[in-house]
Amino acid sequence: MSQATETDTDGSGVIQSVSGPVVTARDLDARMNDVVYVGDEGLMGEAIEIEGNLTTIQVYEETSGVGPGEPVVNTGEPLTVDLGPGILDAIYDGVQRPLDVLEEKMKSPFLDRGVDAPGISLEKQWEFKPTVSEGDTVEAGDVVGIVKETVSIDHKVMVPPNFEGGEVVAIEAGNFNVTETVVELGNGEEVTMRQEWPVRKARPAVEKKTPRTPLVSGQRILDGLFPIAKGGTAAIPGPFGSGKTVTQHQLAKYADADIIVYVGCGERGNEMTEVIEDFPELEDPKTGNPLMARTSLIANTSNMPVAARESCIYTGITIAEFYRDMGYDVALMADSTSRWAEAMREISSRLEEMPGEEGYPAYLSARLSQFYERAGYFENINGTEGSVSAIGAVSPPGGDFSEPVTQNTLRIVKTFWALDADLAERRHFPSINWNESYSLYREQLDPWFTENVTEDWAEIRQWAIDILDEESELQEIVQLVGKDALPEDQQLTLEVARYLREGYLQQNAFHPTDTFCPPEKTYLILTAARTFYDEAFKALDNGVPVEEIQAIESVPRINRIGVQEDYNEYVEELKDDITDDLRGLY
Amino acid sequence: MKEYQTITEISGPLVYAEVDEPIGYDEMVEIETDDGRTLRGQVLESSDGLVAIQVFEGTTGIDRKASVRFLGETLKLPVTEDLLGRVMDGSGQPIDDGPEIVPEERRNIIGAAINPYSREYPEEFIQTGVSAIDGMNTLVRGQKLPIFSASGLPHNDLALQIARQATVPEDDTDDEGSEFAVVFGAMGITAEEANEFMEDFERTGALERSVVFMNLADDPAVERTVTPRLALTTAEYLAFDKDYHVLVILTDMTNYCEALREIGAAREEVPGRRGYPGYMYTDLAQLYERAGRIEGRDGSVTQIPILTMPGDDDTHPIPDLTGYITEGQIYIDRNLNSQGVRPPINPLPSLSRLMDDGIGEGLTRGDHADVSDQMYAAYAEGEDLRDLVNIVGREALSERDNKYLDFAERFEDEFVQQGFDTDRSIEETLSIGWELLSDLPKAELNRIDEELIEEYYVEDETEDAAEVTAD
Repeated sequence: MSQATETDTDGSGVIQSVSGPVVTARDLDARMNDVVYVGDEGLMGEAIEIEGNLTTIQVYEETSGVGPGEPVVNTGEPLTVDLGPGILDAIYDGVQRPLDVLEEKMKSPFLDRGVDAPGISLEKQWEFKPTVSEGDTVEAGDVVGIVKETVSIDHKVMVPPNFEGGEVVAIEAGNFNVTETVVELGNGEEVTMRQEWPVRKARPAVEKKTPRTPLVSGQRILDGLFPIAKGGTAAIPGPFGSGKTVTQHQLAKYADADIIVYVGCGERGNEMTEVIEDFPELEDPKTGNPLMARTSLIANTSNMPVAARESCIYTGITIAEFYRDMGYDVALMADSTSRWAEAMREISSRLEEMPGEEGYPAYLSARLSQFYERAGYFENINGTEGSVSAIGAVSPPGGDFSEPVTQNTLRIVKTFWALDADLAERRHFPSINWNESYSLYREQLDPWFTENVTEDWAEIRQWAIDILDEESELQEIVQLVGKDALPEDQQLTLEVARYLREGYLQQNAFHPTDTFCPPEKTYLILTAARTFYDEAFKALDNGVPVEEIQAIESVPRINRIGVQEDYNEYVEELKDDITDDLRGLY
Repeated sequence: MKEYQTITEISGPLVYAEVDEPIGYDEMVEIETDDGRTLRGQVLESSDGLVAIQVFEGTTGIDRKASVRFLGETLKLPVTEDLLGRVMDGSGQPIDDGPEIVPEERRNIIGAAINPYSREYPEEFIQTGVSAIDGMNTLVRGQKLPIFSASGLPHNDLALQIARQATVPEDDTDDEGSEFAVVFGAMGITAEEANEFMEDFERTGALERSVVFMNLADDPAVERTVTPRLALTTAEYLAFDKDYHVLVILTDMTNYCEALREIGAAREEVPGRRGYPGYMYTDLAQLYERAGRIEGRDGSVTQIPILTMPGDDDTHPIPDLTGYITEGQIYIDRNLNSQGVRPPINPLPSLSRLMDDGIGEGLTRGDHADVSDQMYAAYAEGEDLRDLVNIVGREALSERDNKYLDFAERFEDEFVQQGFDTDRSIEETLSIGWELLSDLPKAELNRIDEELIEEYYVEDETEDAAEVTAD
């Protein structure tokens, strides 16, 4: 979070009333969304309503014991984040206070109040390498130098977007902290490594482009059937226990983005701890460096103040946009957007606003679309291209997808991964329902897969989808009459579909090899199932009874391709065995 | 301390009083009625000149002339290790005729959030001795794992069984000196249920390592909003200051939520789903998230909240919001219960989110995850087939299907069924699992590593020999 640089005490006011996270102050001279400090302890808050002499403030910290008469001081600035080197490998609360620094300052594992800390260290020295020289002309957004932020990421120091730009009159390599000037421009503007940016405002870009590259996740059902593009949007709705968080974690670990921003919004503390403990140990599959070196975490757990939960999504997307400006592909995971919406609802009801559907404020839909619209594949103002992919988990009450947050999200996002409690109960993971899910990026990403993986990517996918569709139709009949009453060819289709489900759609996130499946392997598993399908039907045509086909011993090995490291040989051998075994029957 | 006789409105559990000094939010209040009773309450809303007070003991007997005192601090609980063995009422007053409690410290019961950065990830297996939990939904230290039950089901017996049997097998050396304690918070349970708990605690000698907070069904409803916070404040103190491994049992969370709704309604708040307040998620999270472990502290807080689902409906806001906060849930099943399965846990909808990191080689056993996965899949398949059997009969099913049906049957009768007094070690649990799985052909065990199948699969003819290796 940004430190207020100067404090305008003239506009200060007095608390009129306190009700949970909502405080009203009188005589406060504030603009909408200004950050204010509330009470004797200086709790951070934000002005969210102004009526006559009264200003309503949502407070980002616990308000127990705060009473009327205490002062409220305006900073005169909207809620901003500190942008600069040091964001990666950090863990923040919802208003970008680093949690490790808070622990140190509070001298306690419990979160105290009224403690402030800048989002990035103001003292730490970074080695700055200029990429422009004196006499060059730079414009807003242009890169003027590079800092090695982590082992994986070169942080590009840019002229802030609100600068005019001009001729570089002084620039020097060396060690600086983020507040020292590294570049001086002819018009007197001084560039430091730190920028501040208001979280509720999107950073500018030249234009949004159609995304054509997939965000490869290493998850078979996602890459294979429902891919998301770099710069795309996706929603993962599902009832509790259906695996939203595991799916988000898998994406954060294995998605081939340059930067990951993981926002734990109103979720469990232990889950965030898991990320904090695991990510430094895990390898980035792309670079081999620790995952934390490309990750920034925002943890506003469910028991942390509700107003900060409302802001954490904005904090996250602003950080994501900042790295996008450097030309990186950024993926933002928000777990869960429902908690964010509920925070809005809670604040709204304390303001006694007229509620919309199910008590959510009428502006729910607008806020959701504003958020997802900040994702995309962009041409930046410095001419580079970068992307922000936004993947939001949704936690619908009772698992009912007709509720407002899910419905309003689905109207915006282009990829829908529907999690299914039934699948989760039988431990079919990832429990993404292949009948309900969709991706509108499929066709525009096919050229990439055709070029980079295999020519018949789209064709074999369609084959798999057809089999799975047919299975779900047949299942309805099976429920009535039993499997054995079906004709033999349909029984065989069910058999093939079973292997698709068990060997292809299921993937064990906790198995060291199976957890990440490159697109080549995803494809090979399908070819193995396809071989079985083709050969089995040939056998059937030649009069082999379906029981004998089902009894072939080599076929169940399809389910073990996922855990093989040398999958190429394994699949080749398996295909030969299946062919030999089946042809041996006639 | 100033006394006011300025009550302007009394409505349900709320009292509104005029004041001429600033009163802090959440501050404690004492109200003295003319018959000499002192009632305690808490500030719910504070504005210039007017405060709303929620009275714990109910507003009966309060009139406009009652005097109101503001204590200038939020509700605090005196904490000391001597609380162990004591029984308190729902607002923290001793009711066991024991000696006066000499506090070591007075703690704010609201409790601050644990900094996620300071947490330690829970991964120490707790053996509850219940196969359906240990084998399929493993509990670990620092977890919050609620029991989803419904009226008429034996959830209390299960909670007691867990409290009695919970151990950490083969304690590591770093646990030296950490003892086990139980904090029991009862909200609105009947006197009979309370007796059941107390008798069991006394019978097994568990009372001396327990702290009990009792708000009974006929105690004031509003007091229930405080009881779990007292219990958790005690638990945090024992765990993080005194190095105990604390198991917190909270029952019944449904009554707690009813009390929240009552207060919300009295304040004329805009209600959320089914009349429960919109902030119920946040409120419940502030309770449930007080479980966990902290880096550098030896103790831990493990929570087992119990809730009864109205109408057996898990989409009701109480179980729904709980499930979204807690790290899994254990379902008590009405059908299994009527079949006589004890404890009647249905593993299919049950879940322990922290299981994967708490089991395996060195923690429980190398085959644990695979066995559990395979049993889930097999039982789910068997369950599905039962519907079909009702229509087409067993004869119409294939041999494979019949094996799954048999598996589901045996799974309920031999694995889940064990009685409330049987304490099974994790080895026993897993070898029962293998025995059942070995009724299925090896090729069907596609979730188990081939090497493990070689090691543990019970071959028909060599059943006895293989069982020895399994142990």
